[in-house]
Amino acid sequence: MASGPMEQFQIDRQVDLFEIAGQTVSWTNSAFWMVASVLAIIAFFVLTMRGKLIPGRMQSLGELSYEFIADMVRDTVGPEAMRFMPFVFALFFFILFANLIGMNPYAFTTTSHLAVTAAMAIFTILIVMVAGIWKNGFKWFKIFAPAGLPLPMYAIIIPIEIISFLSRPVTLAVRLFANMVAGHVMLKLFAIFAAYLIAKGGVTALGAILPIAGTIAIVALEFLVAALQAFVFAILTCVYLNDVYHVEH
Amino acid sequence: MEAEAAKFIGAGLAGTALIGAGIGIGSIFSKYLEGALRNPSAAAGQRTNLLLGFALCEATGLFGFVLAMIILFS
Repeated sequence: MASGPMEQFQIDRQVDLFEIAGQTVSWTNSAFWMVASVLAIIAFFVLTMRGKLIPGRMQSLGELSYEFIADMVRDTVGPEAMRFMPFVFALFFFILFANLIGMNPYAFTTTSHLAVTAAMAIFTILIVMVAGIWKNGFKWFKIFAPAGLPLPMYAIIIPIEIISFLSRPVTLAVRLFANMVAGHVMLKLFAIFAAYLIAKGGVTALGAILPIAGTIAIVALEFLVAALQAFVFAILTCVYLNDVYHVEH
Repeated sequence: MEAEAAKFIGAGLAGTALIGAGIGIGSIFSKYLEGALRNPSAAAGQRTNLLLGFALCEATGLFGFVLAMIILFS
């Protein structure tokens, strides 16, 4: 009972696999829950994939999720960006399922580690940069210099634009990571408080009703946050992909 | 002052970033509701921007949280 609020983020080495440059690569509980969420996604889409002319409940769930992401990409970037739709789709569903699975008791939230979210964020920004240069050539660097400004302004604007571009992966990673950590710490704090009150017994145990009610409310909030953060990550990816296709402001 | 005490005070001060985030989130939703009640037909189209603004605003507060965690646990 006396476990602290931060112990749920502990990474356990379960099997040591091999060594690269003195670092041991291990199969951890984080890896286990990542694989679990990927399998859950695959199971979800295998179940919803049976294409019938009149969609049943499961099939319309799958179709809705496709339409949701497709509309998001189409609305924020444009129809020409549909080739990035699988990427946004995969990001959205991985984060959503990892967050939702992490909400289960005794499960591990993979997105509550900066290493995981930073990998996704850096990959997103690299895709934007590589695709932008691939498509526009060196004209792509115009995104750092918006057109139609008086000349002296560029001395200030260009560094600001570069800094804001480079801070994108940082904010993208830290937002998801901090949201998940903050939510789970808060949940654990309320639960530990309730457990201590109950352990005291007597009249103080009755006081545990309030923190338990708080825990339930926070669980509801956390499910909202889990879905919202997946959505936000996906839509910010779309906003950043805008830079690939719309260099001229 | 002991270094340990200063650490806790610093972590507490880092938490004050949430003041700004709270004001920001409140203003985003209040302005959205204001606009949505004036022109309900345009409200649905702006929900994406609403959530985007909410997320961007919330992130600034969470940077304070991360800072507090870094101060406390490293």
